[in-house]
Amino acid sequence: MTDAVRGSGAAPLLELRGVGKDFGSVIALDGISTTVRAGEVTCVLGDNGAGKSTLIKVLAGVHPPDRGEVLLDGAPVSFGAPRDALDAGIATVYQDLAMIPLMAIWRNFFLGAEPTRGRGPFRRFDSATAKETTRRELLAMGIDIRDPDQPVGTLSGGERQSVAIARAVHFGARVLILDEPTSALGVKQAGIVLRYISQARDRGVGVVFITHNPHHAHPVGDRFLLLGRGRSLGDFAKGEVSVEEITRLMAGGAELAELTTELERSPSPES
Amino acid sequence: MVIFAFFALQSSVFRSLSGVANWLDPASTLGIMAVAVALLMIGGHFDLSAGVMTGTTALTVGIVAVEFEQHIWLAIAVALVVALAIGFLNGWLVTRTGLPSFIITLGTFLMLQGLNLGLTKLFTGTVTAAGIAGAAGYGSAEWVFASRLEIAGVEFRVAVLWWVLATALATWVLLRTRFGNWVFATGGDEVAARNVGVPARRTTITLFMTTATAAWFVGVTLAVRLTSVQANTGIGQELIYIVAAVIGGCLLTGGFGSAVGASLGALIFGMTQLGIVYLRWDADWFYFFLGVMLLLAVLANRLVRRYAEAARR
Repeated sequence: MTDAVRGSGAAPLLELRGVGKDFGSVIALDGISTTVRAGEVTCVLGDNGAGKSTLIKVLAGVHPPDRGEVLLDGAPVSFGAPRDALDAGIATVYQDLAMIPLMAIWRNFFLGAEPTRGRGPFRRFDSATAKETTRRELLAMGIDIRDPDQPVGTLSGGERQSVAIARAVHFGARVLILDEPTSALGVKQAGIVLRYISQARDRGVGVVFITHNPHHAHPVGDRFLLLGRGRSLGDFAKGEVSVEEITRLMAGGAELAELTTELERSPSPES
Repeated sequence: MVIFAFFALQSSVFRSLSGVANWLDPASTLGIMAVAVALLMIGGHFDLSAGVMTGTTALTVGIVAVEFEQHIWLAIAVALVVALAIGFLNGWLVTRTGLPSFIITLGTFLMLQGLNLGLTKLFTGTVTAAGIAGAAGYGSAEWVFASRLEIAGVEFRVAVLWWVLATALATWVLLRTRFGNWVFATGGDEVAARNVGVPARRTTITLFMTTATAAWFVGVTLAVRLTSVQANTGIGQELIYIVAAVIGGCLLTGGFGSAVGASLGALIFGMTQLGIVYLRWDADWFYFFLGVMLLLAVLANRLVRRYAEAARR
């Protein structure tokens, strides 16, 4: 299925055309264009203040764009609230994850969307279904949870990201926006999260992976959107660009070269 | 368990069935409140007005039934409306202002304390609402709130039964309903809960109204049982409820705890209170003992929280 959707003929799941957003007189985002296809990972790369957060908020329906268009399945859409984006199948996993550390995994998994059985005053939380579904969904993502009853707080950072991703996929996300999922993690944990990103991709989800680390983005990315000061520094397909080139573009090319020379020279006055 | 064994070994009256009925009695009214307060604490809030609210509702029953010469069930209904209004006000103020519930309910606590005294004096001319036994319909109210059940030749207060039911209901709601899930989530991390669509405000207001309902029930029980109510009834009890809930394992920071635990806390309280009397110890030691248990409970709770957050980073 994934390969069929990947064909260039079909309209992309999500497309941005010249999107821009202003806050007062500050241009936070301008002229951003890229595509997100089902079963592909689009990486959004940029340094701090590059406009990554604003872009997420436009996609998640928090801020409507001031310019340009957002197209879903080839048709223009405008989201008035985060709920609209969610209903359209665009789920956002924020850095804080919206999980309660002291609650069991299965309780967190279904928080706010609990399955129920019975009616009237006997309507109750169907905990058997919830536990079973949680275990099955996590297993489908390749996450082997010892016990769905354990509190989320006992999971590692990477495992928690993975549960959040599995939750979004289960609740029908077609586009999954991940806000810096690897930034707070160590090398090994980040690797685990990258594997789950590729799992979600293989299940036909279009992933928007926001990061400032080219080394995390490059192995899983199918498309790379580079941001700098709210503007696009380039939108590349996989193979068009190398890790080194991404790093150079993100850091502002010439500026980095200058800095490198400066740093290399600096110890000399001492010696 | 340990506490029961200790007192049972030391005193034969304590372990006799009538002794059990005796120490279950203070535990029962306290337990009904502790269960409701535990729900509220799991939801991340305190209610300092809960104690004085039992006085407010009891006085309302007395004044409406005696001074206005109304049927006692009407008086009880009026008291319920008053309690729900106070509970809603507490919850609404807390969710609207975002101020700590500690301060908001300290305000309502002081206001109610003043109102209890002022209005009782205004209507009765004294500081007591008395003569409830003479109100119309008192018999049926007594049957519901203050009758005695005979089990194996020993009389138990019906409040014990209500306490068991309240604990069972609260446990079921907490663990087996959507609302229960929302209570844990709201107390654990309100912002995160709201992000995934939990109606956190509604949950908080409902919890304050639940505590008020429990206060109403206990207040009516007091009014019907004692037939006269002092204007200072319930003052100081609010901290005892919180102590029982904490001994039962509720975290002060919210998001963790159980109704059964709070009930056990109330049970320990009842056993200790009467156990000390049976041993003919000086009753002054009671609060010392309670303080020790509170400290131990808080230290144990801290371990729970550490365990749960150990791998957080």
